[in-house]
Amino acid sequence: MIVEYIKLFFIFFKVGLFTIGGGLAAIPLLQEEVLLREWLTNQQFADMIAVSESTPGPIGVNIATYVGYSQFGILGSIVATIGLVAPSIIIIMLVARYVLHYRDNKYVNGVFYGLRPAVTGIILAAAASIALVSLVDLSVYNGIEDFFKVFNIKEIIMFLVFLYASNKWKHHPIFYIVIAGVIGIFVF
Amino acid sequence: MAERIKGSIYLQLFVAFFRVGIFTIGGGYAMLPMLRKEVVEKHGWATDEEMLDYFAIGQSTPGIIAINTSTFIGFKKGGIIGGLFSTLGMVTPSWIIIISIAKFFEAFSENPYVANAFTGIRVVVVVLILNAVIRMGKKSLKNWLHVLIFIGAFVLIAFKLIPAFLVVVISGTLGIVVSVLKEGAKE
Repeated sequence: MIVEYIKLFFIFFKVGLFTIGGGLAAIPLLQEEVLLREWLTNQQFADMIAVSESTPGPIGVNIATYVGYSQFGILGSIVATIGLVAPSIIIIMLVARYVLHYRDNKYVNGVFYGLRPAVTGIILAAAASIALVSLVDLSVYNGIEDFFKVFNIKEIIMFLVFLYASNKWKHHPIFYIVIAGVIGIFVF
Repeated sequence: MAERIKGSIYLQLFVAFFRVGIFTIGGGYAMLPMLRKEVVEKHGWATDEEMLDYFAIGQSTPGIIAINTSTFIGFKKGGIIGGLFSTLGMVTPSWIIIISIAKFFEAFSENPYVANAFTGIRVVVVVLILNAVIRMGKKSLKNWLHVLIFIGAFVLIAFKLIPAFLVVVISGTLGIVVSVLKEGAKE
């Protein structure tokens, strides 16, 4: 039994180690491991991604917890999650030690001089990709006469209202998320 | 006394990242507005510029961005134990929530109320990320070269032309080259 847990740990350790660039990048790796061991069917895996994307928390952590739990119960969910985050913790602590120590080094500063605007752009692109599935629905487009049907009017109005409100009253993001969830239940 | 202050920083890190974990919906980038609020505005653990640096590091090192970034900030404020507490705070909400809904998993995702609430939340996540980008952009975009890198990175990622970690590598290299050239021009 112990051997099973050690195996589980290293499966997720491997996924954590080879995921570069966010939880979504972990999906193909996880899929391979899970299907290979016949822990889940492809359909179950697809359902699980849908739930992981719509429950709080990083997607990778959600998936690891679920797979661990479904195969080996509570202890399995803990082992899988620790396995997933262990490479991050080890690598980041090594990197952090170096970066914080050489903060005044001109090359380290040079790297960040170029990085900061790039990361700002990457984050904006992430917002755009969420907007693309949230504010518009490209699946209904089948010709130029349908052009306006593509826009989700309710969502766009909600977007503009919240954009205005969140800049006028600077509440904690949690406040706006809760309100948006409640409004969503009644409006959509 | 020093022990007590240390003790409380671990607890603060755990609580701050627990809150970020609960309200991160839809992937690592959705957590940015929350993380910025807790780390930059509320606790002053890092500046906006540093947050961008840590995000860049989180993006280009192995592992999930959310975990990488929270471990980094925790390590900076409270060493190894601080890093562990931050990570624990970040994963605990996921763990509790997934375990509690695991038994009726499909019913959860197909529940219309849940689905509608998330439709609303996704809209606001766009707003919140946009606000965070504007606030951070004011500090990270200081000259025309920055604006050029910003637009370049946005286009490359938005149209999926190259993976994000390559953008990080290229812009970091560009940063070194420009800094060295500037230094040379001064002499």
